[in-house]
Order: sequence, then C-alpha cells, then structure tokens
Amino acid sequence: MRAVDALMECLKAEGVDVVFGIPGGANLPTYDAFYEAGIRHILVRHEAGGGHAAEGYAKASGRVGVSLGTSGPGATNLVTPICDAMMDSVPVVFITGQVRTELLGTDGFQEADILGITMPIVKHSFMIQHPLEIPRTIHEAFHVARSGRPGPVVVDIPVDLSRVDIEYEPAGEVHLPGYQPTTEGNQKQIRLAAKAMVGARRPVLYVGGGVVNANASAELTELALADRLPVTCTLMGLGAFPAPHPQWLGMLGMHGTRTANYAMDEADLICAIGARFDDRITGKLSEFAPRAKFIHIDVDPAEISKNVPAHIPIVGDAKNILPRLLNEYRALEPDTSRLDGWWERIDGWRRQHPLGYEDSADAEIKPQRLVQALYEATGGDAVVTSDVGQHQMWAAQYYHFNAPRNWINSGGLGTMGFGLPAAMGAAVARPDDTVICIAGDGSVQMNMQELATCAENGIPIKVFVMNNGYLGMVRQWQELFWDKRYSQVDMGRWPDFVKLAEAHGATGMRFTEKSTLVDDIKTALATDGPVLVDVRVTREENTYPMIPAGAAARDMVG
Amino acid sequence: MGEPGTKEVISLEELEAAGMGRTGRKHLLSILVENKPGVLSRVTGLFARRGFNIDTLAVGPTDDPSLSRITLTLDGALHPIDQVTKQLHKLINVLKIRDLEPDETLARELALFKISADGAQRAEITQLVEIFRGKIVDVNRRAMVVEITGTQDKIEAFERLVRPFGLVEMARTGEIAISRGRGET
Ligand SMILES: Cc1ncc(C[n+]2csc(CCOP(=O)(O)OP(=O)(O)O)c2C)c(N)n1
Repeated sequence: MRAVDALMECLKAEGVDVVFGIPGGANLPTYDAFYEAGIRHILVRHEAGGGHAAEGYAKASGRVGVSLGTSGPGATNLVTPICDAMMDSVPVVFITGQVRTELLGTDGFQEADILGITMPIVKHSFMIQHPLEIPRTIHEAFHVARSGRPGPVVVDIPVDLSRVDIEYEPAGEVHLPGYQPTTEGNQKQIRLAAKAMVGARRPVLYVGGGVVNANASAELTELALADRLPVTCTLMGLGAFPAPHPQWLGMLGMHGTRTANYAMDEADLICAIGARFDDRITGKLSEFAPRAKFIHIDVDPAEISKNVPAHIPIVGDAKNILPRLLNEYRALEPDTSRLDGWWERIDGWRRQHPLGYEDSADAEIKPQRLVQALYEATGGDAVVTSDVGQHQMWAAQYYHFNAPRNWINSGGLGTMGFGLPAAMGAAVARPDDTVICIAGDGSVQMNMQELATCAENGIPIKVFVMNNGYLGMVRQWQELFWDKRYSQVDMGRWPDFVKLAEAHGATGMRFTEKSTLVDDIKTALATDGPVLVDVRVTREENTYPMIPAGAAARDMVG
Repeated sequence: MGEPGTKEVISLEELEAAGMGRTGRKHLLSILVENKPGVLSRVTGLFARRGFNIDTLAVGPTDDPSLSRITLTLDGALHPIDQVTKQLHKLINVLKIRDLEPDETLARELALFKISADGAQRAEITQLVEIFRGKIVDVNRRAMVVEITGTQDKIEAFERLVRPFGLVEMARTGEIAISRGRGET
C-alpha cells in the first residue's frame, strides 16, 4: 500500500478518531488517503485553529490530539499551537507535509524548515527520510507525546516519500533507548515525604496541571482528605481538587486568592505536585514561601529544583506516587489536631479576604458577575475554555471547577485566540457535555474563523465574549503601572459580534442586562448549534487581587 | 528582579544574583547521542535557548557507528550544571551524559599554532616544541606551524610562551575525554 495508507492504519491503531487540518500541495497524498480511511477529518479555517482544536481535544479527553498542515505556511501557522502545547504539556502530534526530497534545502516553493523552526518548542520531532520509517515513526510520535510529561511531537513528511508503495507491517514495540521516563517514584523518598507531612504544622498541597495530566485527581483528593490538608491549585491545576470545598483555598499566584497566597507565605511545608514554580506563582523568588521546606513530585526531573530547591524530590507519575504517599502517611497515624491552629489562621484569612467585587448599581453587567452567572446557569457542569486576559482570570476565580479536564486554557504561553478553537476540539472530544468558551473581545478575533468550522460541522460550542472594548489586561497594567497612559488598547466599537456570528453560520446574541443574565444564558445554552454572545460588560474593571509583577505574596493589592 | 512588563529598571547586580546550583568549577560533559541528522543542532540549540554558554565543543564518532560522542566544557560558576544535564536528558536522541570527575578523567585537546619565525627565532621555538612534546608540521621562511596535544593547561602554557614570537593564528579542537580504569565513560 502507499505510505500514506500505512499512515492511516497507524493513526487508527493509535485510536485516533478525529484529526484537524488543512490540505495543500505537500500533503495531497495524505488527504487522498483520508478520502476513504474512515477517520473523521475536520477541515479548519486556519492551521492555528486546527492546532488549538487538537489541544482542546487532548485536554478535554486525555487522548492524543492530531493536527495537520501542509508544508511552508501550513506548517508555520502551526508554530503557535506547537509552542502552546509545549508550555502546557499537551499531547498533540502535528503532521506536516514537506516539499519533495530533491527540493529540500533549495528554497523550493513552500519549503520551510519546520523542524528547525520548532526545535526549541517540541518535546520531540521527526523528519521522515525513508517511506519505510513512517509506521514506526508515527507510533514513536504518539508514544512520546502521551507518556512521561506529555507534549507536542512534530512529524514532517516529504511529499514524494508519502506516495511510495511500501509493505505495511503493523509496528511492534517502540524502541527509543534515549527515552525512558521515570514513573515509579522512589519509595524511600515517598516515606520521607510522608514523615515530613506528618510533622508539618502548616502544610499546603500546591497542585499543578501535572495532576490533571496524570489523571490523578481522585488520588490527590483522597490524600488531602485523609488529614484536612489545605489545597491550592495553579491556573493549570484547577479542577484537580473539587471546588468549592472546605479544604480548598482557591487558586494561588498572581491573581490567586489572598488566602492561598498567604498560606504559601506562612507554610512550613509545601508539597508541590505536578507544578513547576512558575514566576506567576512565586512572584519575587527570593521572598517566596520563606519558611517552607519543599516536597516536589514531578514526572519531569528537570522541573525539580529548577526554580526553587526541593528538600524532598520525588520523580515519577503522580498517579503512582500519591496512593503510596497516602499509605505511608496513614501508617504514621498523624495527629490531625496539630492542624487546628493552621486552619484557624486560614479561616481568618478567608473571612477577612473573600474574593469579591463591587457589583453595579444599575443594569450594567460586571465581568465577574458574568462568570458567576455562567456557573449558576450550568450548575458548574460544563467544559469551560478561555482566551487570555482579564476574562481568563475572572473565569479561573469565579467558576468553581469541580472536576478535572473541565477547565481548558492557555496558561504557559498565554495565547490569545486559544479559547474558541479549543472549545471546538473539546466539544468534538466530549459531544455529550456542554462546552462554553469565555472569550475576550480582543482574543476571540484572533481565531474567530473557526466559528464557521463549528457551524459547518454542527459543533455546538457556546461562546460568551466578555466585551469590554479593550485589550483589558494590558489596559489594566497601563492603568496601574504606567500612569494610565493608555497606548493602543482601545479596540473601539467593532466588529459587530452578532452579525459576525451570523455571517459564520452561528447564532448571534447580545446581552446588556444584569437582571435577566442567568436566564438569558440558559436560553443561549439551549439554542441548537454554535452560539456566540456579545456580552457588554463594564469597560474599565480590574482583575483583583493581584501580586504586582516581581513582588512578594505578602504584597498583594486590591 | 525587574520584569519586562513593569517600569522597573533591571540592575546588573540583580541579574548576577539570580540562579542556583553553581559549582564554581569547570565541567567536562561527555554526551553519547544517536548519530542522526539534526542531533547536534538539538543539543546546541538547547544550550542557546537556556542561556548556557559552551566553552569548548568536540564531536566525533565512537566505536559504535550508530552513536556519536559530544564532549563539551562549561563553566560551573555561570551555569547550574545539574539543570543543564537534566535538560539534556530530555532530548530523546541523548542516550547518556557523564559529568566527568576531573580526577578520574583523561582529557586531551589538540592545537595548531602558526608562529612567525625567522632564522634566529626558529631554534628557540623548536626547543620549546620539544619540551612540550609537540610537532613541527610545517615550516617556511617566515613562519612555522606547530602541533601540540595535551591538557588545556599545557596548551595555554605553550600559547603564552610563543605569543611573544608573534602568534599569527591558533586553532584548537576543544577537549575530548575518556574515563580512567576499566568502566565505560
Ligand atoms: C497572541 C497574543 N498577543 C498579545 C498578547 C498580550 N496580551 C495579553 S492579554 C491581552 C489583552 C486581551 O484582551 P481581551 O482578549 O479583550 O481580554 P480582556 O483582557 O479584555 O479580558 C493582550 C494583548 C497575548 N497574550 N497573546
């Protein structure tokens, strides 16, 4: 069979049921194979939309997403999703077409060195050099993408090689001698960690997206509940621990709750699980959690002691480690009452500094109110994606995620335009669930075109554009730190989102009234097919509380 | 430290204060990699991206044709060596990394020196070359080319000695190394 038909067989063997992509000259043979391969192909409008959709699919389902583009511009359009998937550890296989081998290196038409361009932003990449390599390479690509710390893998296939007739044999075991992720976790270290936790009087579990990736939320929750351990999650970790919950401190970091940040500041022991001490979490590194000892559990050894030195490092898969940690912990029969004082302190902060905002006196919709209304209207039972900006932070603060894989956003790279295509991918992965996108009016315009893809394919995402007419987060920084010199942040009145939605074949709505908001949202959710709602919110509202960039948790403002 | 989004100016002192895990000495890393296209570029690209500065670099085949060895030296006063090796391990084509212990390692480098030398100076230079167990590989009326092998210290000592004669140019390979004893490097 043709190498591309073998490619289809491999995708099927990997369990791929859907891919997102756009054809072109250099992947014509691949698209010919799709014609009757029995794999669902969703024709996106921009490769970046396809890449983010594959990410949304992967994050919502835990399976590997697949995204395709042709050579040259098709491939370079994938660069942002590739980088995004790298930063947030999302398993996606990107398959790009490449010019025929004799043209390689000659600046041939639509030639781009996509392997070279993406080298610093991939978990791994492959250039096919012989058609017989295709089956093995595809399996290796999936294996690398999904195992260990997940991430993006690029497979670049020169068009001539993809047409060659080859003998296809289903590939056996993958053999990658240089790739053996540690999953087990060292028992001695686990015991040491349990001891430290039992001895701690002011412990905090600091949980990142790694716990979601490891499908270890249940294990984490069990550990936390074993002994009233306070839990905080990063932006990527939301949903790993069910919020709201008495042991839930809220999100930590730059726009986290005061309670979570103060608890980190005063903790004597921080157990980091699948989290990476990003600068948005630590603030001023030299003043981060000054009293704490650190247990650091991560599947990627390079994360351990990268930013903050770990006292007890444990390398491995959280799903494997957490139950063993719980066993060791229980065996030590911890005295729960030792945490009484700590909980008193925490409850004090909670009472004193609840998350809040001043609601409008009139019909105006405050952006925070919109998120609360979405939570009410969905009963917390929806997949929520977001773009990047203030609306993203409000979504994280006010929508209480009670299950993993229900919160999908671009954390590490902060990619505007991520939300809408990611919602599309999530809705394809989970057709029975409500999928909503909380979008920014700036961000949504960066990948708006995929609304047509949704209309074409009957993908019923519900997009709520939090329309403040500003690049709000940048405006906020200019207001707070640049003497209110608003430079290039006012987006004006256009576009007309309702008309734009309709032009894309979706239903357009506009909400301006606070009192009917929850019901209006319910109407939008009950409308068939994709819906995009222009929600007019307060123009100049700031996201608080906030740790100013480079400041310490103690110095939160707002 | 001042951050890009704020007005705060970043002072140089702050820049220097950042970082951890500095050992303060030179490190010699021996990295066994798959002999495939693009692998060297992955390794050097990683160094560039993470801001690690390579002092010397040597690449060559090993006894196994499917593998290459990259030997490089880094300043442990400037770089967190532990983080460097962990990041290298994440490259899938990297099979093995040894941070070679100076006491248990034989490291050698080869250098070529082109020294301007007329009749009178030639004898003196020849004597130096003998002391350093080097080789004169080319001579003409105005210059000679000398080959020296040895440790970095030895090569640098030779350089200091011949510089006054007029060092036209110098080329060095960068260190390669192998561990002492029976075990594999
Ligand atoms: C692709 C991209 N370009 C620029 C930025 C910088 N940036 C971060 S937030 C933001 C404003 C986003 O505005 P909007 O989507 O309207 O959301 P809001 O903050 O108003 O809620 C910008 C421009 C970015 N994160 N991504």
